[in-house]
Amino acid sequence: MSLAGVCQEKAGVKVALTGNEAIARGALEAGVAYAASYPGSPTAEVLGTLSRVAKQFNLYAEWSVNEKVAMEGVAAASFAGLRSLVVMKADGLNVALDFAGALAISGCRGGMVMVLGDDPNAHSSVREEDSRNLCKAKHLPVLEPSSVREAMEMTREAFALSEELELPVVVRCVTRVCHASGDVELGELVRPERKPDFTRENRVITFGIKLHAGQESKLARAAHLVCDSAFNSYTGPENPERLVIASGPCYMYAQEALEMLGAGGTTGILKLGTTWPLPEALLLEHMERVPEVIFAEEVEPFVEDNVMALAAGCLPGKVRFYGKRSGHVAGPAGPGIGELDPDVLAASLGNILGINYSPGTIDNKQEALSLLEDKMPDRELAFCAGCPHRASFWAVRAALELDGRGGIVLGDIGCYTLGMARTGYYLLQTVHCMGAGIGLAGGMGNLSRFGFDKPVVTLVGDSTFYHAAIPALINARYHNSNFMCIILDNETTAMTGHQPHPGRQHTAMGEPAHTVPMEDIIRGVGMPYIVQDPYDVEASIEVIYDLLRQEGPRVLILRRSCVLAAVRGKQKDRVYVNEDKCIGDSCGCGRFCSRVFACPANVWDAEKGRARIDEAVCNGCGVCASLCPQGAIMVERGV
Amino acid sequence: MVKEPLNIIITGVGGQGNVLASQVVSAAAVQAGYRVAVGETFGVSQRGGSVMSHVRLSLNRPCGPLIPRGQAHVVAGFEPLETMRVLLDYASAETVVIMNNRPNYPLGCLSGEHRYPDPERVEEAVKKMTPRLHVLPATELAKEAGSPLAANMVMTGALAGSGLLPFGRECFISVIGSLFQGIVRDLNLQAFESGFRRMDG
Ligand code: SF4
Ligand code: SF4
Repeated sequence: MSLAGVCQEKAGVKVALTGNEAIARGALEAGVAYAASYPGSPTAEVLGTLSRVAKQFNLYAEWSVNEKVAMEGVAAASFAGLRSLVVMKADGLNVALDFAGALAISGCRGGMVMVLGDDPNAHSSVREEDSRNLCKAKHLPVLEPSSVREAMEMTREAFALSEELELPVVVRCVTRVCHASGDVELGELVRPERKPDFTRENRVITFGIKLHAGQESKLARAAHLVCDSAFNSYTGPENPERLVIASGPCYMYAQEALEMLGAGGTTGILKLGTTWPLPEALLLEHMERVPEVIFAEEVEPFVEDNVMALAAGCLPGKVRFYGKRSGHVAGPAGPGIGELDPDVLAASLGNILGINYSPGTIDNKQEALSLLEDKMPDRELAFCAGCPHRASFWAVRAALELDGRGGIVLGDIGCYTLGMARTGYYLLQTVHCMGAGIGLAGGMGNLSRFGFDKPVVTLVGDSTFYHAAIPALINARYHNSNFMCIILDNETTAMTGHQPHPGRQHTAMGEPAHTVPMEDIIRGVGMPYIVQDPYDVEASIEVIYDLLRQEGPRVLILRRSCVLAAVRGKQKDRVYVNEDKCIGDSCGCGRFCSRVFACPANVWDAEKGRARIDEAVCNGCGVCASLCPQGAIMVERGV
Repeated sequence: MVKEPLNIIITGVGGQGNVLASQVVSAAAVQAGYRVAVGETFGVSQRGGSVMSHVRLSLNRPCGPLIPRGQAHVVAGFEPLETMRVLLDYASAETVVIMNNRPNYPLGCLSGEHRYPDPERVEEAVKKMTPRLHVLPATELAKEAGSPLAANMVMTGALAGSGLLPFGRECFISVIGSLFQGIVRDLNLQAFESGFRRMDG
């Protein structure tokens, strides 16, 4: 929120930053020169912030086509001695993992930091993942901030640690850090001054097992170094009866939980800021003094498993462990699933300590609820009012009905993933990972040789198309798979906040780009394609219906800008219901607009028995007006 | 300061601008010399889900980003149903509530599958739980100020005018002034003022 805070020159000033801004500031304080990312929640705003200040700070920032390409570009800058930063969500690490593993073997030169955003509870992801296990598998050191302030400090310090170890260093941030805000005390800003230096003499090679041995010794050295890290600290009584080992924001929750239980006098907390490799000596020193250890971390028992393995070797049978493995530390969905919070930890710790914890509540809750007849309607996610995807899903549904052969619809990752739910008329039948829809469609499209005779449709967004769809498309063309690929092109990466992609005219830094039109790619692959505006619903239905009846791999581009981007700063069209024409419940349509089409701005005025447009929500797309069977919805063009 | 830390929850529906409101409060607090921790729960919030920001202010201690159950001191509800939802989990008998009276209908209600409770009933239910309830027509006031979308600043103004925060109007004005430019700034300041006047005194 506060770009001014991120750019503040004066050290020592206190400003409020979001976690992602704090990460960006930390990188600036380390003199980062090269940064790249593919947008993903919860970390999307890190590169967004850096790209906005890039010119001012002489750094290079790019939205790459995908995470693997981002990581490779960033590694190249590091090979040439520059400090560099790559940012991605957990799912992105899966995409980049092949290179990440190789890079951990070759090592790097200029400090290289990987910011990984994990999303416990899957607030803005299709699943929750704990990327620490992958980092361990690839031999990458991991730091874990517990707060916004620490996110800034850790990012800054991670560059130095990376140079010391000649290894990329991971800063693993969860949503409760990235999407939090807090006061931070700013350090000195450093302008990148190093000149890239990579000559015929430099070799960064990944080959043979000798390097594996080198990797192990780097990690052993890291394990030694992190024992003295200021990011690990103990708070609590001098001779605690038990120890909580906490990482990430769980450290803050554990403190508050112990306070609420009144158990701070007997229980100490060891905050682990360096979760891989473990600071073994430090852990042993603390564990030797207590008979009981409790783990507080998200999502999986990562620290827990590794500390228990350490103790099994060094302190066999001496310590009793409580955590997810024992089932004691668990949220409502069970141990190792979902987020922790102060209440979950208070209940879990209370259970272990034999203290009853009941969260604060009020007396009249039941009475209040009964006033609402005990009904609190859920708030389902929905496409925004005027979203072109709603029109597209409507058209696909209508065309499939016309076709009548029970065509199947495969999905992908983006705003349109919501098409699996009511807002997309439950059309999507598969949702996996970036680009998977096209690969799956290719497979389904090959099943005709076994007698499979249903039409196959896959829906993919524009950003996802560039990110992960192209090899699957080539494969489909090569093998002549029988399916129809619909690209929902809203000309941006809408889901994560409208970042540009290779189909756009500008780069992250606002420089003019060499646009790579998707038509050129599709043509290059050798596939036929049609472009259609989804707001023209009738025409879209017709085109889809025709294409359904064709054979081989084929593409339809439904192109219309994301409505949020389209209406920004513009006067919207005014849309209203002509109450004389709307015949409400008596219409054969059965309240078509609000009940069936269901744009959130199509509301129902129960008193009047007429449809109404909620002007605070409507974005003026006019699609409902074109669909209303009575022609009762009017559009007044904005000026 | 009355409570240490002071726990505020700002809640509403994606697209209503809650997050911006919580950012304004936190920036104003830091300017006034407080420590602040904000936890945002918004998920894919542009798309109509429930949104909730936990804002915690303290004179000197760092707080976690999440408020424990039953420990909200102030709730600013941008939408009646969402206010109710938050209160069920986070209210205590002393919680003060500032609520926009304008419903935003979930899909299930639009389709007729669920019923959105009668707005007066929601008010009554909220009062049952926490008698200290202030209802205001924030969306209408925002429309008067120039755009229904500025309801978030009306609510921020109401929060500032409630006297429940340990710092005053000036901090907010200077933050809003620095975040926006031109006519958007004027619109937001005007919306802020109208919310402030509603609650002040
Ligand atoms: S014109 Fe109709 S479909 Fe479009 S945003 Fe407004 S109410 Fe929704
Ligand atoms: S952000 Fe854009 S693409 Fe995504 S749901 Fe909203 S209007 Fe649709």
